[in-house]
Amino acid sequence: MELLLVLILGLLYAAGVYLILRRSMVKLLLGIILWGNGANILIFVLGKITKGSPPVIDDAYRVFQDVYADPIPQALILTAIVISFGLTSFAIVLLKRVYALVDSDDLDDLNTPEEEDI
Amino acid sequence: MIDNHILAPIFVQLFTAILQLMFWRKTLTQRYLSVGGSLIGLMVAFRLFGRVQESGILTLNSANWDAPFGIVFVADTLSVTLVLLTSIACFAVSIFSSVGLSRQRMLYGYFPIFHFLIMGLHGAFLTGDIFNLYVYFEVIIISSFVLMTLGGRKAQLEGAVKYMAMNILASMFFLTGIGILYGITGSLNMADLALKIQEVQNKTLVGITSCFFIIGFGIKSAVFPLYYWLPSSYHTPPSAVAATFGGLLTKVGIYAMLRVFSLIFIPDDFIRTLLMVIAVLTIVTGALGALIKTNIRRLFSYLIVCHIGFMVGGIAMFSKVALMGAVFYLIHDIMVKTNMFLIAGLIRQLGGTMDMNKLGGLYRDYPKISLLIALVLFSLVGIPPLSGFWPKIFLFQEAFTQEQYFYAAALILGSFVTLYVIANMWAQVFWKNPPEGTTTENLFAPMPPYRKILMVLPIGLMAVATLYIGLNAEAIVKIADVISTQLIDPTAYIEAVLGNKTD
Repeated sequence: MELLLVLILGLLYAAGVYLILRRSMVKLLLGIILWGNGANILIFVLGKITKGSPPVIDDAYRVFQDVYADPIPQALILTAIVISFGLTSFAIVLLKRVYALVDSDDLDDLNTPEEEDI
Repeated sequence: MIDNHILAPIFVQLFTAILQLMFWRKTLTQRYLSVGGSLIGLMVAFRLFGRVQESGILTLNSANWDAPFGIVFVADTLSVTLVLLTSIACFAVSIFSSVGLSRQRMLYGYFPIFHFLIMGLHGAFLTGDIFNLYVYFEVIIISSFVLMTLGGRKAQLEGAVKYMAMNILASMFFLTGIGILYGITGSLNMADLALKIQEVQNKTLVGITSCFFIIGFGIKSAVFPLYYWLPSSYHTPPSAVAATFGGLLTKVGIYAMLRVFSLIFIPDDFIRTLLMVIAVLTIVTGALGALIKTNIRRLFSYLIVCHIGFMVGGIAMFSKVALMGAVFYLIHDIMVKTNMFLIAGLIRQLGGTMDMNKLGGLYRDYPKISLLIALVLFSLVGIPPLSGFWPKIFLFQEAFTQEQYFYAAALILGSFVTLYVIANMWAQVFWKNPPEGTTTENLFAPMPPYRKILMVLPIGLMAVATLYIGLNAEAIVKIADVISTQLIDPTAYIEAVLGNKTD
């Protein structure tokens, strides 16, 4: 199971880097999303996956007696997912607006000569 | 020592922003709320600063969870100094934006987002938990995305794409680093990490993790191979926004570097050499970029990059004197860079453009304002009694002690280029006659007097703060001394955080 997750996260990181290095804005966006998911799985795997032992303590004890699944990585991932959801939705709207204005998907076209404002 | 006042600066900004959301589209009310909220925030920051000076490092365990398990807020001297400086800058910028922004931008929520941004900055400075630091970084970048795109002109959106892509990338690096760090130590509390990281056997893995943090913070603070997003986006938003960004956002990256590399990853020879190479190249490329720009704000953007190198070099040398220099420069830089972009906004109002070739004769028309601006420019360059001069003494001294001659040379080059471009800008914008055949539209003259005052007042305020830093350098050196002592020897920090068991 862990090996599978490690392979998947490697694949996600590699695909993310590849897509970010392309010139297209849509591919940039997809790369960021893939990379974000890769980072989430990384945190999950590094929290040491433990099956079938939830972090609940028996009434009789005050501390854990056995190995237990660490809940913190999941809390971290949840936060990271929410944040990346917000960022991604903003990025989609921004890229859509830029596409409407520039009429091109190529990042190299984003070089309007200087324009001024207050 | 536990103290609930630590959260006050964050809450003041949060409630100001929420209150402003209730007055959506009522821009006049929002302006009053913004200036009022910033003023209260400034007073709260002064009070927190005073308390920390009196009773040492303060901590707050949120929800009363004991230190390594819950999220901790820590106010040491570095944090409160930066919170205070941010509050001063926030106060000045909020006054400036009440007249310096178009009404359309205010209608779409400029002020609430601005206060959310300042809240994120305060939080990032005060938190003692590395994942919480990431969360506050996200608060900062999402607010800055909105501020950057507000108004929706073509150039602005194009700049925003670059800015957004690079900053999300930085967050990803940072998050990956946090993930690995949690994997090898099992902790997120920075004080706890400082102890646990020493027990890790696999030092290579620790080194690799620290590289993730260098890249993440390096993108944020705009160091050499990673700074290209900054000059291609900072000249696009309105000047009030650019002032907040230029003065404060890159400095958060420097703060995070100072914190993480003094507490968790104590720089070894490899990291020091890496940071030193980055610092020298940052200074040189920033200086060369500044030489060829004719647009005032692009010029200032490159100067930001150039001066970031000074501070990174201070961190790279990692000794008490070097850190004193870096911290003093940080204090000076926040004040001056914020003011520079406000000045750029004022120049644009006076001359109708920011292109140096089309400007001219401002000294003839506005001698008093010009002298005020000259004062700030002198501080930036570092003419001896003013603020830019003092930190460089420490940096030079340490560069020669540690025989970092490349860095010393880069410092000299960076300072001279700064002097040259600022002198050139002064001559072009203020002294030379306006070029023939160009009609400049003066937006400043027809303004009612109260608007004129509100536009010049924040620049004056920041100039007074800069003068205070320069002429009362002894007080600042004392603060920098305390900060660098705490950074070099973090036991006081660790004890303050972990020694606080609540029963």
